[in-house]
Amino acid sequence: MAEKLEKIEKAVDEKLTVAEMYANRPRKWWVYTLVVLIIAALVGWSGSTVQFEGLTVTGRSVAQGVISGITHPDLKLMFGTGNTDVPYLLLQTMAIAVLGTIFGAILAIPFAFLASTNILPKPIAYLFRVVILLIRTIPSLVWALMWIRVTGPGAACGVITQSVCSIGMISKMYITAIEDLDTRILESLDAMGCTPFQKIRYGVIPQLTASFISTTIYRFDINLKDATTLGIVGAGGIGASLVQCLNSRRWAMVGSFVWGLMILVLIIEYLSTQVRSKLARGE
Amino acid sequence: MDNENNSAVKLTWFDKIFKPQVITLPNGHSTIRRRSRAPIIVALVLLAIILSLRMTGFDLSIIIKKFDKLMDLMVKLFHPKWSFFDKVTRPLVDTIKMSILGTVIGCALALPIAVLSSTNIDKNRVIVSVLRFILALIRTLPTLVIALVCALIFGLGTFAGTLAISIFTFGIVAKMLYESIETIDMGPFEAMEAMGANKFQAFWSACVPQILPVYLSHSLYCFEMNVRASAILGYVGAGGLGITINERIGWRDYEGLGMVLLTLFVVVVAIEFTSEYLRGKLS
Repeated sequence: MAEKLEKIEKAVDEKLTVAEMYANRPRKWWVYTLVVLIIAALVGWSGSTVQFEGLTVTGRSVAQGVISGITHPDLKLMFGTGNTDVPYLLLQTMAIAVLGTIFGAILAIPFAFLASTNILPKPIAYLFRVVILLIRTIPSLVWALMWIRVTGPGAACGVITQSVCSIGMISKMYITAIEDLDTRILESLDAMGCTPFQKIRYGVIPQLTASFISTTIYRFDINLKDATTLGIVGAGGIGASLVQCLNSRRWAMVGSFVWGLMILVLIIEYLSTQVRSKLARGE
Repeated sequence: MDNENNSAVKLTWFDKIFKPQVITLPNGHSTIRRRSRAPIIVALVLLAIILSLRMTGFDLSIIIKKFDKLMDLMVKLFHPKWSFFDKVTRPLVDTIKMSILGTVIGCALALPIAVLSSTNIDKNRVIVSVLRFILALIRTLPTLVIALVCALIFGLGTFAGTLAISIFTFGIVAKMLYESIETIDMGPFEAMEAMGANKFQAFWSACVPQILPVYLSHSLYCFEMNVRASAILGYVGAGGLGITINERIGWRDYEGLGMVLLTLFVVVVAIEFTSEYLRGKLS
């Protein structure tokens, strides 16, 4: 970077004309050629296994069914109040996401502090980072399948799965916030003779709350989407019913589930973006 | 007391119910401090937790009671069956190929749509809002549900998975990209237009160089996510590692599952590090 600046300064000193400056412009074409070549090679390599084998025998009817289901959803199911109707299942999905996110956010706090290099020595911090990475790499569906052996199928399994899964991403974001802590504030509190408790209360917590809350809300967004698929393995929520209807080809019911899901996710996404942008502006 | 300066603090309905505290400064001016919203937020969160607990039937005692079962499972997971490695490689390569192809297709489709849905380039508000709404709808659909529908239409196998990943990538990359495009500097574009370049020429030489690094960086980020996401697509029959994972859990072969997860972990970490390094270079 410094070299580049020097070069530019030299060029300005030498009073080059615009044409000469243009002739000296940085050339990046070979970088882009390389990128294109690598991508082409990768696509060629992967294209060999992924082959289009045409539609299945029932493919056309499935496609038509999905479209007819989405355009003609089962309205009775969509606005019913029973335990198998869309509103109840959506509420249950949301309940799973709420609990999973809150438990995950609380569980992530110790992990985040233990993995921050400005709090613990580096070797210990990196050890905890590996644990966090491990939690994050195992797909949530796999977590759910393992927890189901412990809790049995049901919404409780979804809650535990999400609590564990959320630790990974939430603590990763928390770590960034903790490592960005402004230590000068702590020093000045020290100079004023504050006790450790006061230092934490007035020096650490105000710096962290906004970003912690923002992270948690963001994760709630993700968890809500995730909770809709957890049902596929029997961990409660709307997913189970949706997949059952898909497999038994009851398209009108599929349509109402998909609509309910889309509307819920859109509303939550909108609200979460609003709240998070308020937090970012410091209101 | 008359020269109250309230204009800096915006009063909302909340402050009309809970009157703000008026603080008189030594110089005679007075200012107000709004009442903290924390108690209300805490109460709402507690209410949400209680309702969710009731709705999901979550019970902590189950975990404590069955803790030994969980430990048993975990111990087996951490003793991977090394001989199983040979059977993991093929589905793993399939998973990676699926995510590469899916990412490339999704990103290629996302570029034009993202340009068309950024307000600073596309002045037509109708097109912008329609495209954004469609993108938002696509993003709400869970990947597994897309994969299941694709598998029903195009048959079981990697093609369905690739298609599902492409759709998912398209929704996410297009959104991230139009958000970044809106922050680019439009000065060069206007300068080129003023010098007589037509819209396309100006866009090509003034905007594309700004967009391209961001685009590549978003694509890499998405690729990272896709490797993790595509590992579970096999659960619904869309090819790749998910089939193996599902099979191992079905047979309760947790040592084998441990091996699968370990390989996945190594690959994901390797890809994440490479991609983070490349993204660091790009910015």
